[in-house]
Amino acid sequence: MTRRLWSAPARGADLLIQGARVVDPLAGLDTILDVLVRKGRIHLVGTDLEAPAACRVIDADGWLLLPGFVDLHAHLRTPGREDEEDLASGTRAAAAGGYVAVFGMANTDPEVDTAPLVEALALRALSEAVVPVGFFAAVTRGQRGEELTEMWELAQAGAVGFSDDGRPLNSAHLTRRALQYAKVTDRFVAVHAEDESLTRGGVMHEGAVSAKLGLGGMPPVAESIEVDRALELAAYEEGRLHLCHLSTAASLEHLERAKKAGVHVTAEVTPHHLTLTDECVRGLDPNYKMNPPLRPEADRKALSQALRSGLIDCLATDHAPHAQQEKEVPFEDAPFGTLGLETAFAAAHQTLVASGALKLPVLVERMSQSPARIAGIALPTVQAGEEANLCLVDPRETWTVTAAQLHSKAKNSAWLGTKMKARVKLTVAAGSVAWEDGAR
Amino acid sequence: MAKRDLISIDDLSAADVDLLLDTAESFLPVLQRDIKKVPTLRGRTVINMFFESSTRTSTSFDLAAKRLSADTIGIKAKGSAVDKGESLKDTIITLSAYSPDIIVIRHPRAGACQLASANTKASIINAGDGKHQHPSQCLLDLFTLRQAFGRNLKGLKVAIVGDILHSRVARSDIAGFQLLGMEVTVIAPPTMMPREVESLGVKAEYDLADLHKADVIYLLRIQQERISQGANFLPSLREYATVWGVTRSRLRPGQKVMHPGPINRGVEISAAVADDPDTLIARQVEAGLAVRMAILYRTIVGGSDSDTKEAL
Repeated sequence: MTRRLWSAPARGADLLIQGARVVDPLAGLDTILDVLVRKGRIHLVGTDLEAPAACRVIDADGWLLLPGFVDLHAHLRTPGREDEEDLASGTRAAAAGGYVAVFGMANTDPEVDTAPLVEALALRALSEAVVPVGFFAAVTRGQRGEELTEMWELAQAGAVGFSDDGRPLNSAHLTRRALQYAKVTDRFVAVHAEDESLTRGGVMHEGAVSAKLGLGGMPPVAESIEVDRALELAAYEEGRLHLCHLSTAASLEHLERAKKAGVHVTAEVTPHHLTLTDECVRGLDPNYKMNPPLRPEADRKALSQALRSGLIDCLATDHAPHAQQEKEVPFEDAPFGTLGLETAFAAAHQTLVASGALKLPVLVERMSQSPARIAGIALPTVQAGEEANLCLVDPRETWTVTAAQLHSKAKNSAWLGTKMKARVKLTVAAGSVAWEDGAR
Repeated sequence: MAKRDLISIDDLSAADVDLLLDTAESFLPVLQRDIKKVPTLRGRTVINMFFESSTRTSTSFDLAAKRLSADTIGIKAKGSAVDKGESLKDTIITLSAYSPDIIVIRHPRAGACQLASANTKASIINAGDGKHQHPSQCLLDLFTLRQAFGRNLKGLKVAIVGDILHSRVARSDIAGFQLLGMEVTVIAPPTMMPREVESLGVKAEYDLADLHKADVIYLLRIQQERISQGANFLPSLREYATVWGVTRSRLRPGQKVMHPGPINRGVEISAAVADDPDTLIARQVEAGLAVRMAILYRTIVGGSDSDTKEAL
């Protein structure tokens, strides 16, 4: 049996959470309940529960109790760029965002392309990670887009899936071979869809804003062409495909067609593509520079609808820490990416749930159980007998995102200075309290 | 009080532009004198940072500051700490230790001016940032147009011809011309036209068929690099000259030709048109000095005060 998640030894929590609104689509719950956690497991879910002796009681009146979130797409920068993020800081950030499992992408230095590297990361996670963490392995050696990695061994070592994310797989041949060979591992291939011949020199979405600013454009077809090609290959090979960070309406049309035809495909969308648009770039703040780039409102809306309908399976952060000195440069010179773990729920909640575009249980499902299902890990759920993987959220608390309070080592958040509503107050991951924000 | 930067033409209102152009006009007589210097900015410091090659913009900003008696320092990427890998942020912080009043920046990347402004108390004047903006060029173009057509430029029809996609001059001029009520058409090969260019409020055309409708034809420089190394913006300069080059036979009498320089004779402009004294190209260069004096002066003195005469 291969393990896919590692964290520091559990300190089984004993908690009685009283009077929270428990929203758990898997358990079919959306009601005010008490939840008793003993030794890190959910012991009882009910009303008027009594606190055992020496058990801490949390008055959660007015708060939400949700199954903890799972992030399929984070850049934890370890090994190689621990100045930007390490497993401790990255999982602290995850915990502060309500996450109970997070998966690191393989575009590290060196790339995660051999089993001993996965094993070494797992060892580090056992001493550093406050939230269970798992790892992607590269599709190709050194992510050079030439030779496949030893996928079977990587899977044995516990890799959750395969991805060269950060870079696309820019050859149909390679995408085909990866989809074929990964079948022996029972893992999926996660694709960053981008035709680089169309995005060369591009730093933002190609459209009215890039016309005004004189910035190199990244046309939306650069993504949808590659999405379509990957889908055709997945259909042909009956391989298992996961599409990373979709950003355009055209990609969704391809995805819808493929899903109707029964292609084994899943897809994710980031909090920034769901809540921000290319209009944000007008001030040339490098924190709004990401790849895929922020798109116009019509795309944002289409993504939000696709998340609601389930066409897009899950929300994933594409959490991308960058050193301060690398982002504090002219927009055109800055690297792509924004932090996401600590702001994902609040951003999605205030933009999508508060506006009525998305029901809360749907957002919870897309952030928790759906990505867990894709990763093949136990689904977080608020049911007696389960390991406690949950978070408490005050949906009314307002807070402003500042660099000082972010737990990531890097501070390149697209939401710096943004007033957020809804704050994660407590996270229990794998039975341990991983985050607590001034309990009452 | 918030400091005044000039990063984009969009930072200015029509009234701001009028004041700047009037100020520039009042400086013209100074430039005709034997002693071409006024004490207006004595004791003030202007730093000119040019991270990209430039002749007319850098010399005219430098000379403009000197004509106003400011102390000037010129810094180029080559031979400075930038050469040793110093970041723009650190260069700005270092220079700010000398308390300059104004830092003029030319930089190959959009966003450089915003970054600079966030790290200094000095006013930032954008002398060209990537393909984004070149506001002083736009102001001197407007000054030149006012000299040729009078104060009111409303309704004047301008065709900007050339590589719109890569041109900061085009982006500044489109905004500035529209601010004063002019009608702008952009003409470019389809590969050099920004996507959704109509969102800038211009008409877009791919050939010169309607060139005769324009009162002013504003030509942009075609850069050699656009035809090199598989860039595929143009098959050749020869073909560009054939289809989009402006020659005498393509002009009607009375049309005024402008060009920000440096020109490519035989490419976007024929030698005969370039040498025609009726074009406004030399006037643009002349206007550069007075307009940049006005920009420096108004950046420091500010306001809509009518004390320019005292300053002289």
